Amino acid sequence: MTGIYAENSEGIFKKSVLEAASYASRISNGGVLAVCIGQPKDGEADKLAQYGVSKLIVVDGIPAFDSQAYTAEITKIFSANQVQHIVLANTYEGKTLAPRISVAMNASLATNVVDFPDTSNGFRIRRGVFSGKGFAIVELNKTNKVIAITPNSTELKQNPVTISIEHSQAAAHQINTEITATSKAAGKIPLTEAEVVVSAGRGMKGPENWKMVEELAELLGAATACSKPVADMDWRPHNEHVGQTGITIKPNLYIAIGISGAIQHLAGVSSSKVIVVINKDPEAPFFKAADYGIVGDAFDVLPQLIEAARASKN
Amino acid sequence: MKILVCMSVVPDTTTKISFTDNNTKLNTQGVQFIINPYDELSLTRAIELTEKHGGTVTVANVGKADADAVIRKALAIGANDAIRINADPVDGQYVAEQLAHVIRSGGYDLVLTGRESIDYNGGQVCGLLGELLSWPAVNVCTRIDLENGKAIFERDIDGGRQTVTSSLPAVASAQKDLCEPRIPNMKGIMAARTKPLTVVEPVAVEFASTYRQFETPAPKQAVKLIDAANAGQLIDLLRNEAKIIA
Repeated sequence: MTGIYAENSEGIFKKSVLEAASYASRISNGGVLAVCIGQPKDGEADKLAQYGVSKLIVVDGIPAFDSQAYTAEITKIFSANQVQHIVLANTYEGKTLAPRISVAMNASLATNVVDFPDTSNGFRIRRGVFSGKGFAIVELNKTNKVIAITPNSTELKQNPVTISIEHSQAAAHQINTEITATSKAAGKIPLTEAEVVVSAGRGMKGPENWKMVEELAELLGAATACSKPVADMDWRPHNEHVGQTGITIKPNLYIAIGISGAIQHLAGVSSSKVIVVINKDPEAPFFKAADYGIVGDAFDVLPQLIEAARASKN
Repeated sequence: MKILVCMSVVPDTTTKISFTDNNTKLNTQGVQFIINPYDELSLTRAIELTEKHGGTVTVANVGKADADAVIRKALAIGANDAIRINADPVDGQYVAEQLAHVIRSGGYDLVLTGRESIDYNGGQVCGLLGELLSWPAVNVCTRIDLENGKAIFERDIDGGRQTVTSSLPAVASAQKDLCEPRIPNMKGIMAARTKPLTVVEPVAVEFASTYRQFETPAPKQAVKLIDAANAGQLIDLLRNEAKIIA
């Protein structure tokens, strides 16, 4: 049996969890067991079943995230069910838990995984390295394996099964960390999971001009991002900074406005399926990495795009 | 307060990546090596904390002798001493096992890593150390403070941030925004020459993974240019040609 850790985002299983389910279902030869901590909302378990999860165990009794308590409960259940392969989404929470679970289960660990394994000669996975500038084929040597997959990297394929749901009461844990405050930008699409990203750079001339960027993003159902100089100048929050020292993303569509395309920026976005570059400098290096390009001023091009996107929506 | 900063030595961010030996090794010709940028943030924050609360900062690296020049830079920035575990960093799990061995006998209160190294992008070492040492581990921190014998962290979560109070000892990883990295001054560079850099031999660890081969991303086809006077056409192309938006 293959296991997944189903990250519970206020009772919801996000697309990244369904990708983990789909991945596990494809590599499993005997069902998929999902572990989730805290009660999911009604109907959420059925979403997992659509992607091949045959059994869900809900852990009750851990009130808030603590990586040690979570790891202890997750590994207890996987060990009891003889799970050897564990798949997680490479989200912030997944990245925190995957290493701990690998130690607790004496497993090989692969993070940032972008493809299904090749099992024709050992168990080999493909993972992103050098911040988007390369890939590595890595053989996982131990019997147990923990695989954290990058969102938007692997095919999400339905495989409907019947799901059974059980509950497990957590043991009493010594809790070493206490969450004292949480702030979340409401209604925003997390950048790493967004299928469309509209990103802008210094060419926007100032933070007051981002309204146009946000308007286009909203019309396209996109998340917004920015280049490093823009984050460094505090025009935009650093959590929007994509690139080598920011976030690496791989959306279906990346639209870069007024970004020249330094190698460090390309590193973070070059795995996007389609790249659109809008820049008034025809020599901007980003055009070499683009699928579609518009040589023109952002202040001239953006209103046209907004109008066209709005017209086609109606 | 004894703080250990785990440090990777990585190719400079401007490096054009290529591979040699049948795509099994990074081509290091002409490559400048630097302190992993996230580890540099950890190091700076560790120095700031000891300036405020007293204590020492040790940097630890798993690497061969060619890492020494970069380790000296960490000493020039302000670390008190350094430990190099004399082995190739095979993967995140190997590195963490080696570091855990050093940490167990070191009596550290706080261990800091970077959010990830910019070469292997594993983001593994913080969590691995936490579990190997049975310590709390807080990932991707934009704030690290010490108050009343506890650590206060602010960390990134999907779509937001969270403040976490943790008992010590603890391990945490640094994210951008934690602090401004320090540049070594002449006094620091002079002092670094005589600061202790201890070389220890690795412990035997089973290899959890084996890197078989590397690939560079497939080259892109030529860009399709759209006239700026007719920019709205892009939306139509994205929908009907690329079929990438609904």
